[in-house]
Amino acid sequence: MDSFQQTIFKLKRYWDERGAIIQEPYDVEVGAGTMCPETFLRVLGPKPYRVAYVQPSRRPADGRYGENPNRLYKHMQLQVILKPSPDDILDQYLGSLEAIGLDLSKHDIKFEEDNWESPTLGAWGIGWQVMLDGQEITQFTYFQQCGGIDLDLVPAEITYGLERLVAFLQGVESVYDIEWTRGVKYADVRLADELQFSVYNFEMANVDRLWRLLGEYEAECKELLAKYEDYPDKQRFPVLATYDQVLKCSHLFNLLDARGAISVTERVGVIKRVRDLAVGTAKLWADQQQEVA
Amino acid sequence: MNFLLEIGTEEIPHWMIPGALKQLAAIDLFGAVSVVDATPRRLVVRAINVAERTPDEEQVIKGPPISAGDKAAAGFARKQGVELTAMHKAGDYYELHKQIPGRAVRDILAQTLPATILGLQWPKTMYWTGGKTGPRFIRPIRWVVALLGDEVIPFELAGVKSGRATRGHRILGSPSVPVTFDTYESELHKNFVILSADERRQKILTEISLLGAKLDADLVETLTFITEYPTAIRGDFDPAFLELPAEVLTTVMRHHQKYFSVESAPGKLAPHFVAVMNTRGDPEGLVKRGNERVLKARFNDARFFWDVDQHKKLADRVADLSHVTFQAKLGSYLEKTERIVKLVDELGGNAHAQRAAYLCKADLTTEMVKEFTDLQGQVGGLYARHQGEPESVAQAIYDHYKPLSMEGEIPSTDEGQLVALADKLDTLRGCFAVGLVPTGSKDPFALRRAAQGVVKILVEAKLDYKLDDLATGELREFLLDRIKYFFREIRGFKYDEVNAVLASGVVTLENVEARLEWLAKVRPTQDFEPVAVSFKRINNILKQANFASDGEINAALLEDGPEKDLYNAYWQVGAFDSLAASIASLRPHLDRFFDTVMVNVPDAGLRTNRLTLLHKLLSKFSTVADFSEIVTSGDQK
Repeated sequence: MDSFQQTIFKLKRYWDERGAIIQEPYDVEVGAGTMCPETFLRVLGPKPYRVAYVQPSRRPADGRYGENPNRLYKHMQLQVILKPSPDDILDQYLGSLEAIGLDLSKHDIKFEEDNWESPTLGAWGIGWQVMLDGQEITQFTYFQQCGGIDLDLVPAEITYGLERLVAFLQGVESVYDIEWTRGVKYADVRLADELQFSVYNFEMANVDRLWRLLGEYEAECKELLAKYEDYPDKQRFPVLATYDQVLKCSHLFNLLDARGAISVTERVGVIKRVRDLAVGTAKLWADQQQEVA
Repeated sequence: MNFLLEIGTEEIPHWMIPGALKQLAAIDLFGAVSVVDATPRRLVVRAINVAERTPDEEQVIKGPPISAGDKAAAGFARKQGVELTAMHKAGDYYELHKQIPGRAVRDILAQTLPATILGLQWPKTMYWTGGKTGPRFIRPIRWVVALLGDEVIPFELAGVKSGRATRGHRILGSPSVPVTFDTYESELHKNFVILSADERRQKILTEISLLGAKLDADLVETLTFITEYPTAIRGDFDPAFLELPAEVLTTVMRHHQKYFSVESAPGKLAPHFVAVMNTRGDPEGLVKRGNERVLKARFNDARFFWDVDQHKKLADRVADLSHVTFQAKLGSYLEKTERIVKLVDELGGNAHAQRAAYLCKADLTTEMVKEFTDLQGQVGGLYARHQGEPESVAQAIYDHYKPLSMEGEIPSTDEGQLVALADKLDTLRGCFAVGLVPTGSKDPFALRRAAQGVVKILVEAKLDYKLDDLATGELREFLLDRIKYFFREIRGFKYDEVNAVLASGVVTLENVEARLEWLAKVRPTQDFEPVAVSFKRINNILKQANFASDGEINAALLEDGPEKDLYNAYWQVGAFDSLAASIASLRPHLDRFFDTVMVNVPDAGLRTNRLTLLHKLLSKFSTVADFSEIVTSGDQK
């Protein structure tokens, strides 16, 4: 039986053999691998790109103090972007499952409709959740739009939920029982941050300060967005740094949400604030790519 | 020649497939009858005896007038690419009889099929190649089989060239299987694809029944179009989970996992489930174990939600509803709750109904409802019972979203009916007041369903609220529309009977129903139609005379014979329950009256008296139905 990390090695190796850049996780908080610039920005424009990376993804509202066997504040996604999507992409995907030791002829695989949409990113796509013996193990999406921009080359995005997938492979009932490596359980590595971040996110995060921080990052982002047009040397313009401000805002929004500080009526308004930043940054990136080309 | 078209795709959402098949069946194959079939990965059209060529045709083209001279004729001939001698003279004009040879159907199809296929309508489409100006379809097209006789119909579709090779089951079949029209279905079968939806459906039905599953027709349909090779298996779960409410267990199995439940006795869940795989079997029990593991985790979640939710009683959650928006312009669910309580009070609800109204939305703040939104109301009812609320309060909360559809049942208790009625009325009144009125197919707040629920509850619970007290203006009209729909489509009354009864006014729906039943009962009697015709005639006469008198009949002015007889008959027309008998007794008098008595006589006094008689007679019936709305055989001619 492969450990958690061995399964990750095998998946990375598999996509390495198919021409993907193996990236390392992004170092700003994100709610999903999709939000990393490696996906959100790279899918824009006409340049082909293939990349795979593990991304720890933070969803403050999903925290359960480490008490729920299947829900995590932070979970690991293995994110694969193939742009443009190859014709045999689903076969390649199934091949990756065999590469981590699944004999598909002995299992039940279904592709069930599940279209992905992220209102805060102005992004959506068409796809499926992949069901393995009744367990959702992957979200598969053909991106159609990102940052409000229609995509020139439709990428395939494959997002493996690593904890679920490995819990399945190892036949354990709690993600905390996953063997991370020989003699080390998932709980040994991660239980403390599930507990402590649940306490922080639900009980101690200072709501007023979070709102102020959201305002500050938003202001920084807006200021940068406004400066692009008159900036003489476009190639030097820090679009990537601008995008980091968007990610900060998005994470603060999630924190406020977990704190129960955003009423349903306010929600739509705050989502729009973040989307405006994301859409604005996506436009700059697309424009900058053209300038560079 | 035989025709085979298979559009090979990535997995199409199951609920869209039947709609696509309907469109595929309409493809014109030059008169040949086609058969359509589909799995999630292929849309198939087959037809036998498709013509090889379209027939030759003669086209007649009108030329210039003969009087225009040879030059005009020559010019015309040149334009048409024929010799002058090919032209005929027909009357004063030249004519060209052009022979248009038929075309090979294969060529025509090669030209038209790509646009036909890409022209199929889907609820949502995507692009996957060639950017956003590229082809759009429901999911990427990966292969196309197109055969007419033994030949491939050559075309290219979304970058895919048509050919003669299909693909088998993703895991069990071969990725390339050459086929002919005759071998197509059997080759698929060998490659673990059951093409026929009927056959898949039958396989599912047989197997799940053998495994003791409780039948769920919608789920069977879903699974039929989510699999290419369905096989059912049975799994188990820990009987300890049976402590959780059956509603929760069933929702998890049905909606989250697409499993059938198993019952040990009617209404009693057994600790088993039946899943349908998209493969041929599970010899090592791996699939069974996998599904059991998933279900256990889901049930554990549900148990966790149940336990957490009990930390705060429903009554203590009501205040939290101020944070849950009902609708931006209509405030929070707390405000809605307050309005429902008031409305239940106005409708005469007892203390239990008011308590249920107060608690009915509190479950919106629970973890269980956040996870299983379909269970709102039911969860509240279950929690209320668990927390010691009176049974009638719990049941009313449980039921207050009912009826969920026109066929669904209404709440079973008086309290439940009142709370359900008040909840729906409040939604309707509120939305209409702020201008959120459904238009066309747009009805984001499901107001039609709410109105339909109001009507169904009023009728089936025999509640005697006056329509005017419940709704006015635009909302009253909206409800009238639903009332019409209900009695026509659900109760099966004829549309003209419904129109006739509604046209004579609506007070309570109980009364509308009684009148409709009366009308439907007398309608087939032999005297009804002639009397209805006479009433129409009376209506017309009164209308033409602009008659609107409230005067009394002057008996002294009545002529002996048919007029007086009708007058006497009029007096004998009794109350509502004897109206049916009156129709039979009235008929001969009405007939004779119209045969022999002139209404529009010059003598104004006499004329008014006769009009008054007719008006009075009509009034006796017009509280029941407006007979001019009844379609009689005379109208149909």
